[in-house]
Amino acid sequence: MSSNVTSRRADDWLRDALPKIVLSPSLAIVLVFVYGFILFTFYLSFTDSRILPSYGLVGWENYWKLFSLRAWGIAIDNVLIFGSLYIIICCALGLALAILLDQKIRAEGFIRTVYLYPMALSFIVTGTAWKWFLDPGIGLQAVVQSWGWESFTFEWIKDREMAIYTIVIAAVWQTSGFVMAMFLAGLRGIDNEVLKAAQIDGASNWALYRRIVIPQLRPAFMSAFVVLAHMAIKSYDLVIALTGGGPGTATELPATFMYSYTFTRNQMGIGAASATIMLMSIAAIMVPYIWSELREKK
Amino acid sequence: MGFLEIRNATKSYGAVKVLHETDIAVEEGEFLVLVGPSGCGKSTLLNMIAGLEEVTSGDIAIKGRSMNGVRPADRNIAMVFQSYALYPNMNVGQNMAFGLEMHGIPKAERDKAVSQVADLLQISHLLDRKPGQLSGGQRQRVAMGRALVRDPDVFLFDEPLSNLDAKLRVDMRTEIKKLHQKLGTTIVYVTHDQIEALTLSTRIAVMFGGHVQQLGTPKEIYDNPANIFVAGFMGSPSMNLFPAKVTTENGEAVAKVALADGTSATLPFAQERSMAGHEGRDIILGIRPEAITDEDGADRNSKAIHRIEARVEVTEPAGSDTFVVSHLGGKEVTGRFRADVDVRAGETFPFAINMEKAVAFDPETEQRIG
Amino acid sequence: MASNASSQVVRTGAGSRFVIYTLLAIFCLYYLLPLYVMVVNSLKPLSEIQAGGMMSLPSEWTIAPWASAWSTAQIGVAATGLKPYFLNSILMVVPAVAISTVLGALNGYVLTKWRFRGDTIVFGLLLFGCFIPFQMVLIPMARMLGLMGLAGTVPGLVFVHLVYGIGFSTLYFRNYYQQFPTELVRAAMIDGAGFFTIFRRIMLPSSGPIAVVCIIWQFTNIWNDFLFGASFSDFDSQPMTVALNNLVQSSTGVKEYNVHFAGAIMAALPTLLVYVVAGRYFVRGLMAGSVKG
Repeated sequence: MSSNVTSRRADDWLRDALPKIVLSPSLAIVLVFVYGFILFTFYLSFTDSRILPSYGLVGWENYWKLFSLRAWGIAIDNVLIFGSLYIIICCALGLALAILLDQKIRAEGFIRTVYLYPMALSFIVTGTAWKWFLDPGIGLQAVVQSWGWESFTFEWIKDREMAIYTIVIAAVWQTSGFVMAMFLAGLRGIDNEVLKAAQIDGASNWALYRRIVIPQLRPAFMSAFVVLAHMAIKSYDLVIALTGGGPGTATELPATFMYSYTFTRNQMGIGAASATIMLMSIAAIMVPYIWSELREKK
Repeated sequence: MGFLEIRNATKSYGAVKVLHETDIAVEEGEFLVLVGPSGCGKSTLLNMIAGLEEVTSGDIAIKGRSMNGVRPADRNIAMVFQSYALYPNMNVGQNMAFGLEMHGIPKAERDKAVSQVADLLQISHLLDRKPGQLSGGQRQRVAMGRALVRDPDVFLFDEPLSNLDAKLRVDMRTEIKKLHQKLGTTIVYVTHDQIEALTLSTRIAVMFGGHVQQLGTPKEIYDNPANIFVAGFMGSPSMNLFPAKVTTENGEAVAKVALADGTSATLPFAQERSMAGHEGRDIILGIRPEAITDEDGADRNSKAIHRIEARVEVTEPAGSDTFVVSHLGGKEVTGRFRADVDVRAGETFPFAINMEKAVAFDPETEQRIG
Repeated sequence: MASNASSQVVRTGAGSRFVIYTLLAIFCLYYLLPLYVMVVNSLKPLSEIQAGGMMSLPSEWTIAPWASAWSTAQIGVAATGLKPYFLNSILMVVPAVAISTVLGALNGYVLTKWRFRGDTIVFGLLLFGCFIPFQMVLIPMARMLGLMGLAGTVPGLVFVHLVYGIGFSTLYFRNYYQQFPTELVRAAMIDGAGFFTIFRRIMLPSSGPIAVVCIIWQFTNIWNDFLFGASFSDFDSQPMTVALNNLVQSSTGVKEYNVHFAGAIMAALPTLLVYVVAGRYFVRGLMAGSVKG
């Protein structure tokens, strides 16, 4: 837009370019270390890389192999079970707690603090705490038995079928308070007068929430879904700390699969293919979301 | 040659032209107001003078020096913003001195300039306060003080009063006018408030759709609006505009106006409004509310008062005046009556129309024809 | 969260208020239970835990598990306790947080106040970088760190966290500076201030709140990271989370649960402390992390 400006001295040029110069290191870093690396890994997923990157192209072979692997099938099943339960329970619990907490509660600040603190912890800490709490030998089961209920059993963490649900329990514990905070912020943003109008129209408390309040929380639901879905797909630390992917491979997730295939089983091509699948699924969620966020702000 | 000259300046964002070719020359000491509805290009033009936006084509010159490519700081201008834009982390004194500091003025001189201006604006007692501790009116003064300290060639005001409440706005308006008369500064002032434009300016540029619709003194603009837009925009309540037909009666040009009851009224044009060449044409007649009065309230100096009977539809007592609504030429028309005239809705009442103040517009081009 | 919108309107009877408070209390217990378990069991001898006394208060209080976790527990091959790894984490977190925050502030400033054609695309690129699964960059990053001579070092980890932290810090400052009146910047331009002067004199003095949010977020994220720590560190450069996991997962000898719990609390303490001291800012950071400002 500066077509009419013809003669500028060098310091004028520098002055105009300064903002871009300041931004450029960050942009360069991101272009190389995010997008360059994404392309590199994407490329590797079409090569015969094993313990080290190798550049012999093998077409879609890694993807065929990947989807024929039982371990990857388990990882996909697990991430679907884990992801959907995690999102649904976190949202339901978060919404319920937010509504309860929005009833002029006396110690609201304290309760909010209690509900939210797990979010400050590392998944490794969370995993460690729940690992031993759910351990049949010393945890919940042992405690209840020592209280006299000898036949009580709770061995999900050792059970191939049930172990994935222990991950849901720990993950919900960690994140649901955060979802509560998101919904609470949404509730506090609703126009008071609309609620008064609905009440004058004769809406009961139940109808008020179901018909007026909850529909207005759509943006909060959207944000919660996006955050939770992307956390579910990326879940790694919690599984490592809680079950180590076991028993056997019962709680393997795509993130743990990728890591073990790439770095311990020396199947880098397959690992890269699995990472690519993860990226695609996150992009399918995040790109439309970021797109709409950035467009709104224009 | 003007002190501030805008020569054929335009502004485009991509394919969208927000300011069309504009030429304005401002003399030293003039108070130019750019007025128009939002989106008319007035703020864009002001920002171009400030150097905050580049000129797409054309030129802006101050004191004969082209400002193309000159950064805002080097134009020797000062600007008062709508939000005042006081630096929240600095106290009033620091706010006022910041520009001088940036221009490398020594501390002693800065302090002297700040205290002089603070005295002038009666804000000396506020110098140590932060903007957050000031009232709206005080912030406004500080913002003006910050501009004055710089002693610039041109002052730019961007809707400076629009964040104040009504009473304060009137007070500050008077104050700005006094300040201008006292200091004789050159000012370009943007507002959407036509009353501000009329009261403050020595000249007004009425803008709409990226074009300057009319450039002139407040009186020219008010009495002889260049087109229907200017007629409707300037003045409150706005000018009555209704269709009429030009005919000749007894060798005199008259306007035939349809009345609500199916008859028509005849309004002879005043001598100075030449309608020659327009006989037989449809026109839009423009008459301001204060030129439609009760008979006793009509302007005694006018030689062209004409009486018509019309039905009163609504009366709106407004304290000092009563506004009376009727129908002329199928349009709602408002007259300004004295407050104690006994006029009731539903009655037929004599209206006195001062045709010296009537203007006519071409219904096609919307330009004034007489 | 200042005004109670719906609560001013929705009225509840005494009976339902009792139910509400009971439910809220039950959930307080749910969220506090694991913390209680960690604290209580880190202060009792191992034998009490093994006897099924996980939920009871210690009958014999001891800080021996803490001492062991801090300085003598077996981590990997060495019996050093968690102390050296705690230091690693601090050496990793402080520079990574500081640099990414400064860069984020400058980026946010440019992207909001010195806008240029394509700036939204640049921001979108930075932003998407926050959310990618890091599995996608592990392989090339391992090679790159090797090339840069930073493989298996704390500076290497600093670099990695810096690279992947820029997106979030830019997001925070951009959203914050977007609310910052552009007229102030214009006023300063007319007053004669340049790019860095405006940043230093006008923007930075008003950036306290968002800097706190950004620092807390980066601190929490980087301190709690496990994936990068596990991928790019050697035995002597491991951060706290990796060391804690090694402590807990070690298959040799008797499982010293009390030591594990003490270690877990140590790993949690810095971020918990931040949360307790600056909870308001922590929450704001979390919310902003869900993209919007």
